[in-house]
Amino acid sequence: MFRNFKIIYRRYAGLYFCICVDVSDNNLAYLEAIHNFVEVLNEYFHNVCELDLVFNFYKVYTVVDEMFLAGEIRETSQTKVLKQLLMLQSLE
Amino acid sequence: MPAVSKGDGMRGLAVFISDIRNCKSKEAEIKRINKELANIRSKFKGDKALDGYSKKKYVCKLLFIFLLGHDIDFGHMEAVNLLSSNRYTEKQIGYLFISVLVNSNSELIRLINNAIKNDLASRNPTFMGLALHCIANVGSREMAEAFAGEIPKILVAGDTMDSVKQSAALCLLRLYRASPDLVPMGDWTSRVVHLLNDQHLGVVTAATSLITTLAQKNPEEFKTSVSLAVSRLSRIVTSASTDLQDYTYYFVPAPWLSVKLLRLLQCYPPPDPAVRGRLTECLETILNKAQEPPKSKKVQHSNAKNAVLFEAISLIIHHDSEPNLLVRACNQLGQFLQHRETNLRYLALESMCTLASSEFSHEAVKTHIDTVINALKTERDVSVRQRAVDLLYAMCDRSNAQQIVAEMLSYLETADYSIREEIVLKVAILAEKYAVDYTWYVDTILNLIRIAGDYVSEEVWYRVIQIVINRDDVQGYAAKTVFEALQAPACHENLVKVGGYILGEFGNLIAGDPRSSPLIQFNLLHSKFHLCSVPTRALLLSTYIKFVNLFPEVKATIQDVLRGDSQLRNADVELQQRAVEYLRLSTVASTDILATVLEEMPPFPERESSILAKLKKKKGPSTVTDLEEAKRERSVDVNGGPEPAPASTSAVSTPSPSADLLGLGAAPPAPTGPPSSAGGLLVDVFSDSASAIAPLAPGSEDNFARFVCKNNGVLFENQLLQIGLKSEFRQNLGRMFIFYGNKTSTQFLNFTPTLICADDLQANLNLQTKPVDPTVDGGAQVQQVVNIECVSDFTEAPVLNIQFRYGGTFQNVSVKLPITLNKFFQPTEMVSQDFFQRWKQLSNPQQEVQNIFKAKHPMDTEITKAKIIGFGSALLEEVDPNPANFVGAGIIHTKTTQIGCLLRLEPNLQAQMYRLTLRTSKDTVSQRLCDLLSEQF
Repeated sequence: MFRNFKIIYRRYAGLYFCICVDVSDNNLAYLEAIHNFVEVLNEYFHNVCELDLVFNFYKVYTVVDEMFLAGEIRETSQTKVLKQLLMLQSLE
Repeated sequence: MPAVSKGDGMRGLAVFISDIRNCKSKEAEIKRINKELANIRSKFKGDKALDGYSKKKYVCKLLFIFLLGHDIDFGHMEAVNLLSSNRYTEKQIGYLFISVLVNSNSELIRLINNAIKNDLASRNPTFMGLALHCIANVGSREMAEAFAGEIPKILVAGDTMDSVKQSAALCLLRLYRASPDLVPMGDWTSRVVHLLNDQHLGVVTAATSLITTLAQKNPEEFKTSVSLAVSRLSRIVTSASTDLQDYTYYFVPAPWLSVKLLRLLQCYPPPDPAVRGRLTECLETILNKAQEPPKSKKVQHSNAKNAVLFEAISLIIHHDSEPNLLVRACNQLGQFLQHRETNLRYLALESMCTLASSEFSHEAVKTHIDTVINALKTERDVSVRQRAVDLLYAMCDRSNAQQIVAEMLSYLETADYSIREEIVLKVAILAEKYAVDYTWYVDTILNLIRIAGDYVSEEVWYRVIQIVINRDDVQGYAAKTVFEALQAPACHENLVKVGGYILGEFGNLIAGDPRSSPLIQFNLLHSKFHLCSVPTRALLLSTYIKFVNLFPEVKATIQDVLRGDSQLRNADVELQQRAVEYLRLSTVASTDILATVLEEMPPFPERESSILAKLKKKKGPSTVTDLEEAKRERSVDVNGGPEPAPASTSAVSTPSPSADLLGLGAAPPAPTGPPSSAGGLLVDVFSDSASAIAPLAPGSEDNFARFVCKNNGVLFENQLLQIGLKSEFRQNLGRMFIFYGNKTSTQFLNFTPTLICADDLQANLNLQTKPVDPTVDGGAQVQQVVNIECVSDFTEAPVLNIQFRYGGTFQNVSVKLPITLNKFFQPTEMVSQDFFQRWKQLSNPQQEVQNIFKAKHPMDTEITKAKIIGFGSALLEEVDPNPANFVGAGIIHTKTTQIGCLLRLEPNLQAQMYRLTLRTSKDTVSQRLCDLLSEQF
């Protein structure tokens, strides 16, 4: 519980992934949304580790924007997100 | 092959990040950063034009430094330049910088909006996506003004790519949440609803969020979404686990979309029979699937499946109309109560709490009582135990009250300190509410004091005394029980208070027994006296004087005690005064007078338990479920009758119990009188500098009232001068543009506008402005900006005085400047249940202000809605059981504090009257808002 919201988090090794949602929101759905996100990161960075996220912080933002936007879940299909990310990658 | 390698593309950035990571100390890091900042500054300032790559690299470094927690005050222009690059990577970094370091410089905003506009029109889906994400992440009012009309078109255009549609839907959602007034409803709404049918599930996912939010505000307009959502849901839940391909997550078909669809359906009552049958099938399928063996051992599978299940149960509870489903839901949750996953046990207890308040499932919930009690005893996790307490409280009724109270009491002995007070309150409430036999009630409360005396708040022991005094069948028993409890060598001070009070009133009922003769009673109490705090001693002194009346035989003993130096010369003025007065009273008064003065307390008027109010305050919204209240609310809901809602509880006018019980607590603070009228203020203002300032211009009051619900317009106009206003407010800050127009063809000379704040206003409202040019040419307009900061809530308005020379005559005009408290409102959305929970929490008499008044304007629903929104609060639809009423909620932001405000306007068309009720946590705020809003209708 945090102010008028609640924080849902999941720990992966030394990293905590937190998501702040309304008190009435569905706990498990957001817990799994975190996992879905982490799986995408893992695929995108190939065995993601903390350093990948630090050195590529600006790409992490892109991943977040693909999956969450305006505080809502935007896309849940890992295939679709990765396809889009690879397409963007090819534009570098 | 990894999709990305470390820091590819920008070597300089990777080196810099490595350097920072290698810094051994904070100082070294700051040094490195300062060096880099200096480097970047010089590059940006250098003569040589930087290429896109370098610009991107430096902007990215700045961003990294900012994310480390350092302020960045330059680089915005370079980032904006990147926006117009044709390379994706450069554009992306530009947008990222803009989104993370939002800047309110208006020149920049113009450039940014321009770049966004170009990208939106580019027909390049990647660029459109970047632009939309930027708008969605910033969500500023300026962006809403620029793009709220454009985005719906992109969203519903036939040739828009799916991924752009997804972004557009959520982008629009963000703008709608931030500035609902700027998002025009229109033809597009019906086409948005049909996105629920879209082939691309990602589009449906995004669109469902948008539709849910829009439907909460405009249920009528989005009604058709119900049947579409049901059929979409039906297709998902009946699909084989491979049908949805990449939307299947660990064998669960589209779990997040299912959750969103179920949530959308919770915006509406149960649908028509045809659709309803289909929905019921869906819900049954979901419940059936929970019973099937899991398709995977992975926790992801069960989490995703249960996320959908819990949302389905929420919908079932929300509809509260299908007994069969409710009972099935309850049984399913019952299984989870013993699940090995802690998360599931927690969630099951939480959901069951709401099920317990439905009349259809209350009995089914009760069958799980043993499991819940067991959870209370064996759960390792304190938060789960707390939910178990909540559930026991929710499922309690007359049939199981004794068992539940006993279990809670025994849990109390080992309960975590953090939740003891709450359990005490719950036990006290249940014991009172379901007491058939009041001796049981008295025993329970005394046990409560014995086990957890420190956590027994005043409300609890006040209440037990009220009840004992009101019920003569329990008085003798109470006296006997407290007498026995006081025998313990060490007893809690709260017990001494209760014991002292009760024996003082009813000690005579047990005085016949030689084991509890008057003298023994007195000695027993007096043996505790010296260990007690001052308020308790004061109470005991009152008990002693009551004994003087009840038992003449101990009068001499008591007088001796009162005469003692430790009483008569006590350093505490209250104790000393009591001792002196009681001693005098016992000496001079005749028996008759004594008997009259010290007569037994009359029964207390029946009222809502103050303990309940305390629990609600403690627990916050939506966690205290009270069966009877829930039922009552529902019955009102169903009847939709004229009954003015459950919110107006009887507790409203109840004074604090301390005053009438003991006469030693402070009297309840008197409600503050009406604030001085506007006229009074002006007298104050003018008394300071009476000669210089003109009285208010005629009609100024009316104009002032017009600006309460709007921000722009003409404030004043005569033959010479027109004053226009344009203002904007955010949180506790605001900015007002004042436009002075010279309507004549002659110059105004010595033109000096001055803002005047009364003394007490000055402390609460900060106004800053610059002087304007003293000459205003004929036909010209000058502008003055006022920066406004609301420090604390305020009542009066500043006065704007304008003096100037026109054709040799001195002109002097004063108008009230419409800066009113409601300008600092931020609207708050909430659902009915939350609204009424909060409403009840604000039931202190000082927190509520009500005004009944005659309509001054035609009673038009739409105009009224617009006014309430203009007033600044959120307009909450489908909250009040009576659809003709209006309710609103918002938070007033001041520098020092934030004040939650709830309002309710009940029109009476026949009588052409309104009743307006304001509840806020601060009395002056309630009063001011009520006064302001009453003028509007």
